[in-house]
Amino acid sequence: MSEQSVIHDIGYQRYTGPRLGRGYAARSLFEHGLRVAFGLGRSAKAKIFPWIVIGLVMALAVVVVAVKAQSGEMILTYQELPGAASVVVMVFLAVVAPELVSRDLRNQTLPLYFSRPIRRSDYALAKLAAMATAVWLLMAAPQAVMFLGSAFTADGASGVGAEARGMLGGWVVATCYTLVFSSLALLIASIASRRAFAAGAIVVVFMVTTPVVALMDELGKGGTASQIAALFSPLTLPEGVREWLYGTSSTDVGPFGPVYGLVMLLLVAGCASLLVLRYRKVSL
Amino acid sequence: MALIATQSLTKTYPGGVTALSDLTLSVEPGIIGLVGANGAGKSTMIKTLLGLLSPTSGRAEVLGLDPTTAGEQVRARVGYMPEHDCLPPDMIAAEFVTHMGRMTGLPRTVARERASEALRHVGLYEERYRQIGGYSTGMKQRVKLAQALVHDPDLLLLDEPTNGLDPAGRDAMLTLIHRIGTEFGISVVVCSHLLGEIERICDSLIAIEGGCLLRADRIDAMTTGTEVLAIEVAEGTAELSAALAQRGLAATAEGRMLLVPLTEEATYDLVLRTVAELDLPLHRLDQRRHRVAELFSTATPTPSLEVSHV
Repeated sequence: MSEQSVIHDIGYQRYTGPRLGRGYAARSLFEHGLRVAFGLGRSAKAKIFPWIVIGLVMALAVVVVAVKAQSGEMILTYQELPGAASVVVMVFLAVVAPELVSRDLRNQTLPLYFSRPIRRSDYALAKLAAMATAVWLLMAAPQAVMFLGSAFTADGASGVGAEARGMLGGWVVATCYTLVFSSLALLIASIASRRAFAAGAIVVVFMVTTPVVALMDELGKGGTASQIAALFSPLTLPEGVREWLYGTSSTDVGPFGPVYGLVMLLLVAGCASLLVLRYRKVSL
Repeated sequence: MALIATQSLTKTYPGGVTALSDLTLSVEPGIIGLVGANGAGKSTMIKTLLGLLSPTSGRAEVLGLDPTTAGEQVRARVGYMPEHDCLPPDMIAAEFVTHMGRMTGLPRTVARERASEALRHVGLYEERYRQIGGYSTGMKQRVKLAQALVHDPDLLLLDEPTNGLDPAGRDAMLTLIHRIGTEFGISVVVCSHLLGEIERICDSLIAIEGGCLLRADRIDAMTTGTEVLAIEVAEGTAELSAALAQRGLAATAEGRMLLVPLTEEATYDLVLRTVAELDLPLHRLDQRRHRVAELFSTATPTPSLEVSHV
């Protein structure tokens, strides 16, 4: 025991003020999770990866704006940005999802959370909300930068209005990507207590499905198999949904557009339910 | 009102292991020691009281609430310190305790103030802005205690708080727990497999073994009427023991001392007369209380409670 750790005798005060409930606790956990995602309030080491990824996606947006200012040509539309950035976003998932959930498993912090008023499902959903918000911001903020850059060069109010509509469309696509990516990544990370394993598993699940899609597309020769091929990878599923919603994607979904929408909803709902179930089953 | 009451509390794990069996007890507020060997069911008991485990049968009541049905209300008023390591090494202690305060419903600024207070009360004020990973085991135990204390609970459940501490650290931790129970006015249940260690700070004791209740009572009720006389002579301990036995005093040897049950005032005179007649050099003759551990070792043929003489 060091000299500093003597107990100073200054009286203890009981607390009689307000005690906020479960909702507040869950919101606090969400805020904490969002800060963890961006490495805020943590060491410089924890900030490196998230901010490199943010820098890359931002750089993409800045290049688009610069090219548009020079030549007036939009090399990447708002809706194309999430798809173009998807591999970098996947790296973000592999870094952040384990930070959010694997760390609590590894450090055995869960008993501290579950001995407090929040329910286990609150914990799971607050973490999912933090993950989703972080991923959405990662794509939506560069789209906003593209909008701001384009709005200055747009001609008149109608031009700005068109850009705003473009950005909102981009945000919808970003939301599709966010839902699929974050629910799947967080579920995978919640099973592994070691961060490296969790990160590896996320990359594997996302990448291993890509050849399946390519193979089906090749074998289908533009037929039904090709049209449903994109369903089988989390990286291409949101593009299919985009094609169904806007018809602006290069992914051919044929008449299966609603199927893409349904599969996306089922996948997200399934992952979220399994996540809640996983924490209900966790032993303390 | 009883602080904790259980009626035929039984917990059987899916594997068929019975961790608690038909436990019925009721304890008053104060510092309560929960003692038992490893695997006696102490942690299961604590988790049941927190509502983290639901009992197989029977019921429990904590602060007048049933943890199985009103778990959230119970957990809002209880602080829990787990036995194992549970702290994120890359967080700053003050931030972690603040976060845990908010998780128990303290508004942001209040949580920050009370986190500083809690860390000061456990003796970590100067070091509170350091990362937990750089702390010693003793300091980590204090952070664990601080996070249980931050929301000013009415009851603290401490699972093996002296685990991994050196003798000085154990003493400091026990003194701190004693202060929390007496000066702070917070009831404490402190789990330990070392009876000798916690008996001096507790008001009541619950002793369990193999999931069954050995005894639950106030410490003074356990020790009344069990005074003993300790006699130490420089030589001839065996002779003295034999002579005392002749006069109807059953002496038991403990180290170099003889222990004689003190039933009446006349026992003093009898012992002194015996020593004088044998002409033995008397070193010590004093009255002392039975240690609680001795009560249990006579109550159970095979004493399984590990007793430390720290």
